[in-house]
Amino acid sequence: MSDITNKSLTEIVDLVKKKEVKSEEVTNAYIDNVEKGKKLNSFITESFDNALTKSKIFDAKPNYESLLPGIPLAVKDLFCTNGVRTTAGSKMLENFIPTYESTITSKLWAEGAFLLGKLNCDEYAMGSSNETSFFGNVINPVKENTVPGGSSGGSASALAADLTPATIGTDTGGSIRQPASFTGTVGLKPTYGLCSRWGIVAFASSLDQAGPMTKTVSDCALMLEAISGFDPKDSTSIDRKKENYSKEITKNIKGLKIGIPKEYRVDGMPNEIEELWEKGKKILKGEGAEIIDISLPHTEYALPTYYIVAPAEASSNLARYDGVKYGFRSSKGSNLIEMYENTRSEGFGDEVKRRILIGTYVLSSGYYDAYYIKAQKVRQLIKNDFDNAFTKVDAILTPSTPTAAFKIGEKKDDPISMYLNDIFTVPANLAGIPAMSVPVGHDKNNLPLGLQLIGKPLGEQTLLNLAFSMESKSNFKKNITKWWEK
Amino acid sequence: MPIDKDKIKHTAKLARISLDEDKIENLSKDLSNIFNFIEKLSKINTDKVSPLTSILNYSLRTREDKVTDGGIRDKILENSPNKNEEFFIVPKVIE
Repeated sequence: MSDITNKSLTEIVDLVKKKEVKSEEVTNAYIDNVEKGKKLNSFITESFDNALTKSKIFDAKPNYESLLPGIPLAVKDLFCTNGVRTTAGSKMLENFIPTYESTITSKLWAEGAFLLGKLNCDEYAMGSSNETSFFGNVINPVKENTVPGGSSGGSASALAADLTPATIGTDTGGSIRQPASFTGTVGLKPTYGLCSRWGIVAFASSLDQAGPMTKTVSDCALMLEAISGFDPKDSTSIDRKKENYSKEITKNIKGLKIGIPKEYRVDGMPNEIEELWEKGKKILKGEGAEIIDISLPHTEYALPTYYIVAPAEASSNLARYDGVKYGFRSSKGSNLIEMYENTRSEGFGDEVKRRILIGTYVLSSGYYDAYYIKAQKVRQLIKNDFDNAFTKVDAILTPSTPTAAFKIGEKKDDPISMYLNDIFTVPANLAGIPAMSVPVGHDKNNLPLGLQLIGKPLGEQTLLNLAFSMESKSNFKKNITKWWEK
Repeated sequence: MPIDKDKIKHTAKLARISLDEDKIENLSKDLSNIFNFIEKLSKINTDKVSPLTSILNYSLRTREDKVTDGGIRDKILENSPNKNEEFFIVPKVIE
């Protein structure tokens, strides 16, 4: 079975369960692809020995009852993995080897999966193009010299290139959905609190949420089932019964009300995105959903709000990197303060320093009310917009990104134009609600484009059902040539 | 609002990050642009709005105050860049 890595996660799980393929064969097939895919730079750390050992153990004594039986998985290098270095894409954590396992990866392993490797990402998940990683740029398999998006760029790239059957990323302002859109894959940011944050390197704690990145919507449901659930170790984890998302995935969407927010039609948005949006509306309407125009009046304030709240939380979270307890320490400096200052100067990259400075500034004496409190007030208004909209509709449909994937270097020296990439994804993080990107078409340069579905709190099932309909009717065909293998 | 070089230096001091003199100019430019962009928020009247404190519709849980972990000194010290068997080692603080 030479083409196993072309298949979806659900298909592979099925083949393993039917004993048509062994875990070791699957694992070897992916290892082979990772070896051939080095040009993409999507892996920071490979865990092949571990994967092969675990696959043999599985094959010797298979448990077919679990959700991910004998499946090798690579994950974003933001999830702490016991005994395997976890870098967050930073020099600061270049040699950090956690002595514990994140809750989410523990859940994956408990379902029969095992670690294949750790995937590249923007440093501390701060970036929209995977150009801020200490371990170098990640390439989009869709086209050479093109960014995969960020911050979960390595995850998106590895997934689209068949280097892992599925993966998990984290999303603070769009870091799952934007790379999914750029690579023609499916990405879901769950409701804040649905998946535990314990053991994930923190960026902005009130916005961070981990979620699945997969080839198909069914795969996404399966992965969400595996990673969601209450965790006493995360104080913001929601204590509720676990759902069986896969079981209901094909449920029809007749009568569901879909909101189209007029504020998401931004100046200068390419026609192709507009057409894609129309295509999405048409599909959902064709499946019996009702399309309703809505307004989210504070949308234009979401990005400025985000660029106060996220850096403020980041500046607090990243205060822990002081060169004492773990991570990099500078050898320069004659006293403790100088050691701190040099450690943080040498250990953090430019974008991370920029955000720490923004955050420190907006929290500093004399500016706190004008910036931070103001932003939290506007954040309340943005949340109210969604609360109001969800009294009329079941979900909201928007483009995932204002453009398709851009060239490496194109936006690197202009932070604002880079930040604008997240204009459609940031509001869901500010409001804590679930949102997912589904590939629906290509632009004239053959670059994939995604549409975003935004749901009510804990409305993941509705999103998955809508996404499933959209996927089955959009006729999206992945057209990646594996140019990097030549 | 312009973020001049002195403000950058002061903020960097607060954030415990040393900056090379030649980087300060660029940071001042970048941050000024970003704060110009953020400034948009001042257009909205928020006098009657309370700041958001939690996006969850639940209150945070409390738990019994009891030890659930411990005896992991070696694990905690394991990743320290400078340590002995019992302590993190830092540059001298008290003369």
